[in-house]
Amino acid sequence: MTNQEKYLRAFMEALEVTAAEAPTLVYGESRAWDSVGHMTLVAALEDAFDVMMEMDDIIDLSSFEKGKEILRKYDVEI
Amino acid sequence: MMWRFDRHLTGLAVEDEFGGKLTYAELRHEGRMLCQQADGRCLVFCLCKNTMGSFLGYTSFLNDGVVPAMLPADIDRAQFDALYEAYKPKYVWAPADFELEDSCCRYERFGYRLLQTPLGDITRLAPELALLLTTSGSTGSPKFVRQSYQNIRSNTDSIVEYLHLTSAERPITTLPMNYTYGLSIINSHLDVGATLLLTDKGVAQKEFWTFFKEKGATSFGGVPYTYEMLDRMRFMRMELPTLKTMTQAGGKLLPDLHRKYAEWCRDTGRQFIVMYGQCEATARMAYLPWEKSLEKVGSMGIAIPGGTFELIDVDGNVITEPHVTGELRYRGANVTLGYATGSNDLIKGNERGGVLETGDMAQVDEDGFYTIVGRKKRFLKLFGNRINLDEVERMLKIKFPDVDAACGGRDDHMTIFATDEATLPAMRAYLTEKTGLNGSGFFTKGVPEIPKNEAGKTLYMELEKYDD
Repeated sequence: MTNQEKYLRAFMEALEVTAAEAPTLVYGESRAWDSVGHMTLVAALEDAFDVMMEMDDIIDLSSFEKGKEILRKYDVEI
Repeated sequence: MMWRFDRHLTGLAVEDEFGGKLTYAELRHEGRMLCQQADGRCLVFCLCKNTMGSFLGYTSFLNDGVVPAMLPADIDRAQFDALYEAYKPKYVWAPADFELEDSCCRYERFGYRLLQTPLGDITRLAPELALLLTTSGSTGSPKFVRQSYQNIRSNTDSIVEYLHLTSAERPITTLPMNYTYGLSIINSHLDVGATLLLTDKGVAQKEFWTFFKEKGATSFGGVPYTYEMLDRMRFMRMELPTLKTMTQAGGKLLPDLHRKYAEWCRDTGRQFIVMYGQCEATARMAYLPWEKSLEKVGSMGIAIPGGTFELIDVDGNVITEPHVTGELRYRGANVTLGYATGSNDLIKGNERGGVLETGDMAQVDEDGFYTIVGRKKRFLKLFGNRINLDEVERMLKIKFPDVDAACGGRDDHMTIFATDEATLPAMRAYLTEKTGLNGSGFFTKGVPEIPKNEAGKTLYMELEKYDD
């Protein structure tokens, strides 16, 4: 599985959304991505790419695109 | 009148994350403008968010004798409609984009509108009735808890006393306004002239912490899930020099986490205060004094000032020895009037007489500190929201009449058991939608049959064996 696929899958499974919905989501603006969903998503991304995110990055993770940018800091290219 | 805003006129009552702020004098003035339009005592549905409009509505209505019924702004529409039908409010105070058929807008302020409904003003209200709240995580039934002015006044006085609140406090919101714990923070802090920091953002959002630091928040409250989340976020590494107090309620925190926060607070000169309460007791019934938070890990403490506890055995007798489990009974002026299931109940008086059977099973130690050990009734909490398992089963039965299903589980982990595995995802999606709670709290399990006794009653102990 490519990183891109893994990344998309983490969103789909953690937030229970379709592949089409995932890239459009913004934290706090949908029921799927509430605070509970957020922590599930963080755990899914940490598992998928074997990283431990810093608090600043956890709270900065606010959209599909932003997440890619953050993972780059942990040497994960999406 | 609930609060004496005139005692704190020049103080700041509230600041929001968008730069909005109101002094107590301004809040009083804004409240008068709004209530003039409401024109006398009546029932108003308030659709709550942690924003200025929502805050203005709640505080002004309560202070002016208008009875607010507090609902989440993102309430499921079918549920709103059922409540609207059952209670026939004269007004709905809602975000400007909320649509209500045949209503007319009487006032608009801070992004909220006062919508006059076409139902007229037919609901009769008991003189002592102050406020209506749902028992959180509300499912199907249109049930409200009826709280009186005396209830709120009494609980506010107790909270101000045991938390030693002063006008220097700056609590930041972490809980919804329609949730009794969140509301009690607002009530008690307005009473002492403190400044509320209003945000609709959650603790896992950057904007929350930016606002927190900019405005120098001094305290917040959280349900067990909030503290689990903060722990996973490695919150204890944050620089938060203004933070002095953290309170916890809305379910039992894991003892390990209780210890961890208590130790961190001890080491950093802060106070960690575990509390216990229910909407049926206005908000708070007990607290664990911060000095005891490490010595009494796992305990929810002692009764609040003005309240008393008793433990009752299966024969209805009061238990006098320590470490014996019994049902927890509470007495105090904050025990609410009773429930309502429709508009006809709003004229009712006090049905509880100051005594509340909490439905929680507890023990007391030699020093008089109480610990919750289980529940008598079949309910659990999902992210701090009470879920009545029997009620959830009834909802499933109505929606999926052909499927044999039952519900069980533990806090933050509800399991739907059904013989028809193919229907389980639909059941889960239905409950997620109806409760408005995140799907990650709902689990499913296909079972060969729902175990029942000869009388047809579900054997939940048997069922739990299937749960992983």
